[in-house]
Amino acid sequence: MTRLDGGSTPQQRERATTIFEKGSPGRRAFVAPALDVPEVGGLIPASMRRAEKPRLPEASEPEIVRHYVNLSKRNFDLDSGFYPLGSCTMKHNPRLHERVAALPGHCRLHPLQHPRRAQGALELMFALQVALGEIAGLPHVSLQPSAGSHGELAGVLLTRAFHEDRGEHRTKVLTPDSAHGTNPATVTMAGYEVVKVALDADGGVDVEDLRAKADEQCACLMLTNPSTLGIFDPNIEEIAAIVHGVGATLYYDGANLNAIMGYSRPGDMGFDIVHFNLHKTFTQPHGGGGPGAGPIAVSERIEPYLPRPQVVCRPPDNGGPPTFDLDVDRPKSIGKLRGFQGNYGVFVRTYAYIRSLGAEGLKDLSEVAVLNANYLLARLREEVGELLPLAFGERCMHEFVLSGAPMKKELGIRTLDLAKRLLDHGMHPPTVYFPLVVEEALLIEPTETETRETLDEFVEAIVAIVREAAKDPDVALNAPYTTPVRRLDEAGAARKPRVRQEL
Amino acid sequence: MADESYPDGLLYHPEHDWASVEGDTATFGITWFAQEALGEVVFFDPPGVGSTVAANEFYAEVESVKAVSEVVAPLSGEIVEVNVALADAPEAINGDPYGDGWMVRVKLSDPKEADSLLKRDDYQATLS
Repeated sequence: MTRLDGGSTPQQRERATTIFEKGSPGRRAFVAPALDVPEVGGLIPASMRRAEKPRLPEASEPEIVRHYVNLSKRNFDLDSGFYPLGSCTMKHNPRLHERVAALPGHCRLHPLQHPRRAQGALELMFALQVALGEIAGLPHVSLQPSAGSHGELAGVLLTRAFHEDRGEHRTKVLTPDSAHGTNPATVTMAGYEVVKVALDADGGVDVEDLRAKADEQCACLMLTNPSTLGIFDPNIEEIAAIVHGVGATLYYDGANLNAIMGYSRPGDMGFDIVHFNLHKTFTQPHGGGGPGAGPIAVSERIEPYLPRPQVVCRPPDNGGPPTFDLDVDRPKSIGKLRGFQGNYGVFVRTYAYIRSLGAEGLKDLSEVAVLNANYLLARLREEVGELLPLAFGERCMHEFVLSGAPMKKELGIRTLDLAKRLLDHGMHPPTVYFPLVVEEALLIEPTETETRETLDEFVEAIVAIVREAAKDPDVALNAPYTTPVRRLDEAGAARKPRVRQEL
Repeated sequence: MADESYPDGLLYHPEHDWASVEGDTATFGITWFAQEALGEVVFFDPPGVGSTVAANEFYAEVESVKAVSEVVAPLSGEIVEVNVALADAPEAINGDPYGDGWMVRVKLSDPKEADSLLKRDDYQATLS
């Protein structure tokens, strides 16, 4: 790897510009046809008419295309290199999904179309609900929530509706120390108090601490299983018994569903409510962080409170085919959670993934995701186990957490420096500094689609960085060298953000 | 960032907070170890003057480039002053954790609570 201390790359020298700084006044990317209908400008009162022309970019089509293509090249993406943030954030999106999502019947369907004229879309949504219910082991599904955090909010609001319908006003929700940050945020938004449950020595829920904190005021336990440490909690049945024993609900954060599909079902473990991250587990294009979908699957006792409308299948009339409809007649429902029915394109891609893999294929997916993570873990332990030890346990599910604490002590470089140097090797760094319970954490998730060669290259890159740091830590401390921008002043950007540019 | 230090004369809470007690008032802040673990602090969210804090409970939040963390009160009492300078210069928590990085001054409701806090050597022993 060349060290580029002295010079800079063309991308580093060139300032990224906005489209407003391109082009020339009057330039157009299209030619409008001549006006062949009468002007009706007089219909709009003068007071409501724009006095000045809007300030819009004026550029030619090639300028526009090159502008955005060059901007995209300044970013790192899954299509150009390994991105071990995993199904939690980034997972390969099969091209087949784009083909089916782009079919005109899917992508040109208007959200206000009458259900009678949108039978195909409703049928797809209903079939997706059935498939997700089967995967979760919980029969009733709502596709409305549009993100994992939105699914969480739906789940905790359902919990509240469930308790209040029985005349109970509970005040607390439990989450373990390894929880996703969204869990306590959701709990607070839903008006509950967060109570943290400690972890045991193996990284699972400390059952005795849970027993001490679970009482009649406890509305719910929110749990990710496997956890953010990549560990499947072996005490899940006991945990479920404790939580149900005090009348609380058990909520499954589905962020890590990638590890268990087809092997175990949250419903069978005793969970009442599950959210899926369709945009994680079931692939989606991820540009700009969206769009997402966070459907929820629930047990019988939670079903009456599901958001409305629900997509339902009506039995056939006079021997005709079954019809699909939006059911709004749900008196105990927590109500509507968003406009229209959710991000439909995400449903199409998810359905394509489920149907193209099939039940056995989904099992294979989880198996390979877990195998890839364990292969990567075994190789890293062999090569750099002393500097980057596994935080908990011996093996992992679909992801694992290393601690960079010994590396920091021995070599004088931190997890952040290792992450930045990985960029020079053409790889995106894994998640860093999460979960918070692990010092100098490095959370690695390769996913099922990466080849053994890619995993080996990642190991080689880590080994190279560590060896290089043993000789000269400054190389990693000043990385990256080859990216469009060098190391950013993250603290400065957060302390004094510049969010506006004068044109 | 400052060099590692744990001044003598301060009292320490195992959650990496310090208290400087003078009579029935005390100044609170976080230790060098805490600011090192947090990384560069970008925001400090203080409690309001006049609000009460309880020992071992959260009373403020600090946000670093890594995460948002809650700050534990080493002693109980009423907030009489907050370090308003941290609003514009939260980096003082990293650069001078025992000086300009102080967080709040508290009128103690039970000065005897201070007996339960750790002396420098005992706190440092918990770090290794």
